[in-house]
Amino acid sequence: MSDSASIIFNIDNVNKTFGGLQALSNVNLAVEEGQTRAIIGPNGAGKSTLLNVCVGRIAPDTGVVRFRGQSLTGRTPHDINQLGVARVFQTPEIFPDLSLLQNVMISAFSKRDGAFRFSPLKALKAERQLYEESMHYLEDLDIAEHAEQLAANLSRGDKRRLELAMCLVQHPRLLLLDEPTAGMSRHDTNRTIEILKKIKERGMTKIIIEHDMHVVFSLADRISVLAQGAIIAEGLPEEVRNNEKVQEAYLGGGQHD
Amino acid sequence: MDAFILQLLNGLDKGGAYALIALGLTLVFGTLGVVNFAHGALFMLGAFCAVTLQKILTLSQKVKDESITFFDAYKEQPYLEIWFGETGTTIIEWSVPLSLLLAVPVMLTIGLAMERGLIQFFYKRTHAQQILVTFGLAIVVQEIIKSFYGANPIPMPAPPLLSGTAPIGEFLGIGDVVAYPWWRLIYLLFSFLIIGAVFLFLKYTTYGMVVRAGMQDRATVELLGINVERRFTIVFGIAAVVAGLAGVMYTPIVPPDYHMGMDFLVLSFVVVVVGGMGSLPGAVLAGFMLGILQSFASTNEVKNIFPGIDQIIIYLVAMIVLLTRPRGLLGKKGMMES
Amino acid sequence: MLLSSRSELRTLLIFAAVVLMMPIWLLPLGAAYPDLLQKFAIFGIFVIGYNLFFGLTGYLSFGHATFLGVGSYAAVWCFKLLTVNVLPAIVFGILVSGFFAAVIGFICLRRSGIYFSILTLALAQMCYSLAYSVLTPITNGETSLQMEAHDARLLDSWIAPHVGDGLPITHLFGIPMSGYPGFYFCAVILIISFWFSIRIFNSPFGLQLRAIKSNQERMQYSGYNTRIYLFSAFLISGMYAGLAGSLMAAIDPLAGAERMQWTASGEVVLMTILGGVGTLIGPMLGVGVIKYFENIFSSYNHDALLESFSFLPQPLAEALTFVVSPFVGEGWHLTLGILFMLVVIFLPGGIMEGVDRIRARFSRHKQPQQTEQTT
Repeated sequence: MSDSASIIFNIDNVNKTFGGLQALSNVNLAVEEGQTRAIIGPNGAGKSTLLNVCVGRIAPDTGVVRFRGQSLTGRTPHDINQLGVARVFQTPEIFPDLSLLQNVMISAFSKRDGAFRFSPLKALKAERQLYEESMHYLEDLDIAEHAEQLAANLSRGDKRRLELAMCLVQHPRLLLLDEPTAGMSRHDTNRTIEILKKIKERGMTKIIIEHDMHVVFSLADRISVLAQGAIIAEGLPEEVRNNEKVQEAYLGGGQHD
Repeated sequence: MDAFILQLLNGLDKGGAYALIALGLTLVFGTLGVVNFAHGALFMLGAFCAVTLQKILTLSQKVKDESITFFDAYKEQPYLEIWFGETGTTIIEWSVPLSLLLAVPVMLTIGLAMERGLIQFFYKRTHAQQILVTFGLAIVVQEIIKSFYGANPIPMPAPPLLSGTAPIGEFLGIGDVVAYPWWRLIYLLFSFLIIGAVFLFLKYTTYGMVVRAGMQDRATVELLGINVERRFTIVFGIAAVVAGLAGVMYTPIVPPDYHMGMDFLVLSFVVVVVGGMGSLPGAVLAGFMLGILQSFASTNEVKNIFPGIDQIIIYLVAMIVLLTRPRGLLGKKGMMES
Repeated sequence: MLLSSRSELRTLLIFAAVVLMMPIWLLPLGAAYPDLLQKFAIFGIFVIGYNLFFGLTGYLSFGHATFLGVGSYAAVWCFKLLTVNVLPAIVFGILVSGFFAAVIGFICLRRSGIYFSILTLALAQMCYSLAYSVLTPITNGETSLQMEAHDARLLDSWIAPHVGDGLPITHLFGIPMSGYPGFYFCAVILIISFWFSIRIFNSPFGLQLRAIKSNQERMQYSGYNTRIYLFSAFLISGMYAGLAGSLMAAIDPLAGAERMQWTASGEVVLMTILGGVGTLIGPMLGVGVIKYFENIFSSYNHDALLESFSFLPQPLAEALTFVVSPFVGEGWHLTLGILFMLVVIFLPGGIMEGVDRIRARFSRHKQPQQTEQTT
């Protein structure tokens, strides 16, 4: 929180209870533009709830979520996406009945005026541009060879990459990733890390929720630790690694690495 | 005051029919997750159980009519009367209540056969396909009934003892103006009885508890090693029996015809949605509520202000409820939404 | 990928040729008379519209007959008040049913899944009750709305007062809208409607609708306000139904409430499913099959059956008649119900899925020999 002018996303005093369970208590978070922030924490710490609050899937009881100064509270998911927030889900959310290319193109359309055109020529022209861009991202993520296949037939790892492509083609200002490498082989994980690093070079802000400490320490600029719905530590990767409270919360955790 | 009580009673017994059908619909939704458009057909089949029994009981022989002496006249006399005399006549007169005994095994059989023969293959299909296949089944059942019994309504008398009117006013000590058909009162009591029985069954028997638990969280119950599916099959049978009995008892009120099921089905769906999909108390509450509303909307005082309101009141209320309380009166979150 | 306009044009031309030549190639099937041909065309338009909504978005509407009925009423009123030329009536029919579709769509699309289906069903029943009894001054209730000799027909009487006692005949700039001219008029509109539907199917809009069917939540998280897309599709398909309804009135200037009953909505669902939901021409095959067999089956009765089996020995003929007769004539709906159930159970993709399966089997057998002949 060195320079408040460059902070693009912040969560202020967010609380959320389900039934009697305090899922989030007084969560504060501020992410600078271009930063990659990792949120780690043991199972049930409230990480997914936090992400759901960010995209408007769950409304917080109290507190505000702001993106570039605008409050996200009460906004619909599509509205939040249009502001420039894209999300990769824990279980891949894709269009199983459409081809990979169509999956990506649909996402690309939402950022442009691409609804309904009478003239086939005009439609073709607009589509060609989107087509090339979509193919570019499919190639980037090594799934271009399946471009014409139905997304339902992909392996789980490929589905994740497809979803990532769908988010990237939208050029979001903030990308939220919910365990982007869960269920991937080591090789695929490394490949995904490379891709995410590449995006980082382009200056895209990211928030990553991740279990795999290898991924976290390869990518994160700063790390926040969530335990029992509260942020118990925040800092540079090295600081967090040596933090006693964090080690306690994980009960000698970090065994992934 | 008199008119008020009368309309209230009218509404209650109409509501009783709605509630009984909606209860079965909701049971099937909640347990099997199936949207059963053939549920109205089950109601209709129940009614035709009564028609069938009446036909059987009144199987007749031509006999000489002794009361006409000028020439040889013949009349139809049911075998029952020939064999048992007065007792036979009484049995025929009581054919509707007797049909209840027939309807239970018949409807249970039909329900189980329907679930095992068709519905079970549709658990994994989309709701749209469930709706479509049960819609098709409803058409088939209704056309079969039509080809056997014709298209005209068949009058079904209530037993003479119960076909008069009950002096409700005298019971309540408010004069003798308010009188109400006995049979309708019985229908109302009957619907309370059945609804009560279903709730007691679900609440206090272990069987019912498993079913309720299965409605909440099927996977967990299955993990406990309980065969939920078989119990749900029985639940389908019970829903069929409830619908069938409601149909039997309804015959003296409105003469049954082959499309009575469809007419009731649409309204019952509205009832279920208003009550909240998957909520049994919601279905019962909404059933009675809409019945009463409809009854009051059809009084002349109201109709003078809003002509035709009785025809559309239920739909209007349904719309308002759904727009203001999207999950219905007592609905649970996320039920049947995806 | 999304579209190649040449193949679209080819599809359209083939379709146009097939439709316009129906009077010729349906001759051997005994179906080439104007009444039935008009039905094919009008219900064709109806299902094209229905399929645009149900087929693409997966939202099962049980209320589309409402728009059909509203279109008919609007058209007949246009005949009564303005002119018996069918063109203004059709425009008016589309607009009024579009208005109804907007209102009903706005309400119903607040919910999804079976809630949506039941809401459309409830609203449709409400409209039916309104038309059947409450709004009798507008709809003429049970007796159906018809043209009458003393109708105003402002435009007509301004141009050339109607002479004689008889009712004027609906026409398109002088061409009477009955018999073959009526069919060709409907056929042309069918072809235009079909072209429009190809365009929607192949446009990004169509793709977006299919994406909503596939995963609505992802659509929302990708920045789409899905309700607006659904609403547009519902509106378009309601206007299609209104167009079909006003054409019905143009051919035969009569509008009755039974056209709006929910069983009528059920019929359009049936035709769409039977042919193949979400395919371009499947639903129209469904119309063809259902309307054709309805025509043939419902005309048979016991005696006609006996006669057609007369080539068999008499006891056999009688036995066959006994078996078959519940399924024809009055019993046609039974046949339809059974057919429909069989399709939903075994062939959810309808006739089109059947064709695909047969083709797949066929090509698998043939493949070793003729690998070159692939298109």
